[in-house]
Amino acid sequence: MIIQSLRMAFKSILANKMRSLLTMLGVIIGIIAVTVLISIAQGTTSSVTSSIESLGTNLLTVNIRSFRNNSLTVNGLIEFAEKESESIGNVAPIVSQSVTSKAGDITYSEGTLEATVPGYEKIRNLSVEYGRFLTQPDLDNRSYVAVVGTDVADELFGTRNILGEKIRINGYEFSVVGVLAEKGTTVSGSSDNRIIIPFTLGQRLLFSTGIRTFYVSANSPDVVTTAQSVLEEYLNGIFSTSTEVSTSGEISNSAYTVFNQSDMLTTITDTTNTLTLMLGGIAGISLLVGGIGIMNIMLVSVSERTREIGIRKAIGAARGAILIQFLIEAIVVSGLGGIIGLLLSMGLIVILTQALSISLALSPAVAEFAIGFSLLIGIVFGMYPANKASKLTPIDALRYEG
Amino acid sequence: MIDMKEIVKKYQMGSQTVYALNGVTMKISDGEFVAVVGPSGSGKSTLMNIIGCLDVADSGQYELNGKPIAKYSERQLARIRNENIGFIFQGFNLLPNINALENVELPLIYQNLNHSRRKKQALDALERVGLSDRIRHRPGELSGGQQQRVAVARAIAGKPSMILADEPTGNLDTKTGKEIIGLLRELHNQGNTIVLITHDSTIAAQAQRCVYIEDGYVKGGVRT
Ligand SMILES: Nc1ncnc2c1ncn2[C@@H]1O[C@H](COP(=O)(O)OP(=O)(O)O)[C@@H](O)[C@H]1O
Ligand SMILES: [Mg+2]
Repeated sequence: MIIQSLRMAFKSILANKMRSLLTMLGVIIGIIAVTVLISIAQGTTSSVTSSIESLGTNLLTVNIRSFRNNSLTVNGLIEFAEKESESIGNVAPIVSQSVTSKAGDITYSEGTLEATVPGYEKIRNLSVEYGRFLTQPDLDNRSYVAVVGTDVADELFGTRNILGEKIRINGYEFSVVGVLAEKGTTVSGSSDNRIIIPFTLGQRLLFSTGIRTFYVSANSPDVVTTAQSVLEEYLNGIFSTSTEVSTSGEISNSAYTVFNQSDMLTTITDTTNTLTLMLGGIAGISLLVGGIGIMNIMLVSVSERTREIGIRKAIGAARGAILIQFLIEAIVVSGLGGIIGLLLSMGLIVILTQALSISLALSPAVAEFAIGFSLLIGIVFGMYPANKASKLTPIDALRYEG
Repeated sequence: MIDMKEIVKKYQMGSQTVYALNGVTMKISDGEFVAVVGPSGSGKSTLMNIIGCLDVADSGQYELNGKPIAKYSERQLARIRNENIGFIFQGFNLLPNINALENVELPLIYQNLNHSRRKKQALDALERVGLSDRIRHRPGELSGGQQQRVAVARAIAGKPSMILADEPTGNLDTKTGKEIIGLLRELHNQGNTIVLITHDSTIAAQAQRCVYIEDGYVKGGVRT
């Protein structure tokens, strides 16, 4: 009987090509909408997340707000990092400012002067394309040397291998000892406009005393919180006069702030999750519209199908045989629509991946949900006329004008 | 063997109750060719639907081949219609989206016959109605007479003992109508029980016996 019903179902699908196609179309549209929109949302999320991770999730930024009691020194920081090497990788104080730089007659006004120490390149994931990074002797001798980003080299010299060339900043002349590899533009803007000079020299040039800002890298994202707490302990020791103990026993210190990159990641992840949810909602509506399409087509064919059921019953089909036939028909049509929809989605996702240059992937869970939902709608509304008509006496079904 | 006693079938039309059959008692023996005659609205179709187990009476007893119909389940009734009764309707009632052969095969599918037997029986039936050259045509591609012949083929394909025809010539011209009646006579000669419903007395004259119906009552029977 199942084989007969299967054969009947296929015959009926082929005999009513238009109806079958329109039903499938509903399923196809629903599935494409859901899978493509959600994978765009997920793709965007992971591209934003990974570009933030590329900035280093193990990065802590410390800003000192108090002028008083600022006994931080470069050597003190390095000693602290060595003592806490279990959780802390590198420390690098920094002074930075936008500057205009010159080479010959050419002026470049987009540059950012960063005065820092060796180790900074590790903290910020910078790599050196030509030459070298800052060294300890540069720092000790307050040498007039600079390591520059590719934008600086391109703008001032039109070429990148510019080792030994001179650039002038605020009337001082620096020799280029290194050129950084290109980082490209990220969510936080261009990072190829750096002009990095020794910290000690920078302090003098920019009339800055003491350490106002420094970066600390944790050894791994897992130990960021540990690193943050040993760092805060160290800073509380230095700025002990600004320490306050709240009633709940928590120590707060107004002299400094520690900014945690992974906090930012959490914020962004929350935002993109909202985005995913929103696109998911839109996709859900598309699925619903597709579902209503299926429903519509099925309901329009109710009177035709009721007469068909009347004829089948008159010539000897029992209720069960009719229900099974219609069930199989609904499963085959919406299942086929589901498969076609999924294949089209995959194709579309490949095209979009190249067009939008973000990596999109079809999530199996989403695909399963979309197929399941479409099948459900196809079956429910495919069975609806069948169930109703199969309960009628054959003659009532034959007479049905609905 | 059809044995009906005091069959009543009523329809509720708003506040009014219409008695389509108002206590019909009659017998039809195996192998008879009976015409049920009466004016339009007299209850002929209602009677045929009850004889054919397409509908159930509101009261009265109906025994088919010695067994009361009331005892059968929906499934068993479907089986009786499938194996013992062949229907021919005024409006043909063919499925429009499948071809003549597939239409004729339908009752055989529900008999669970295997593919080759089904096809052979369907082709035989189509040959008997003279449509061997039209088996791949859909109903819409056939004339009214040809469609009714497909319906006759479908009715006889499952080799039922009884053929019920409700105004089978109603939608046909006189000549093609005569051909259909000729087919029914042929089937009768081969031993089938035939119940032919008509309001046309010249067509009824082709039967062995007439049952007259008016306003839901049997007015009398005449042997021709
Ligand atoms: N489904 C129905 N609903 C209401 N009234 C019906 C229905 N079927 C038949 N009738 C009524 O029952 C009577 C007999 O109908 P029917 O058996 O079709 O007559 P005939 O076939 O002799 O023309 C008519 O008055 C008709 O209006
Ligand atoms: Mg009638």
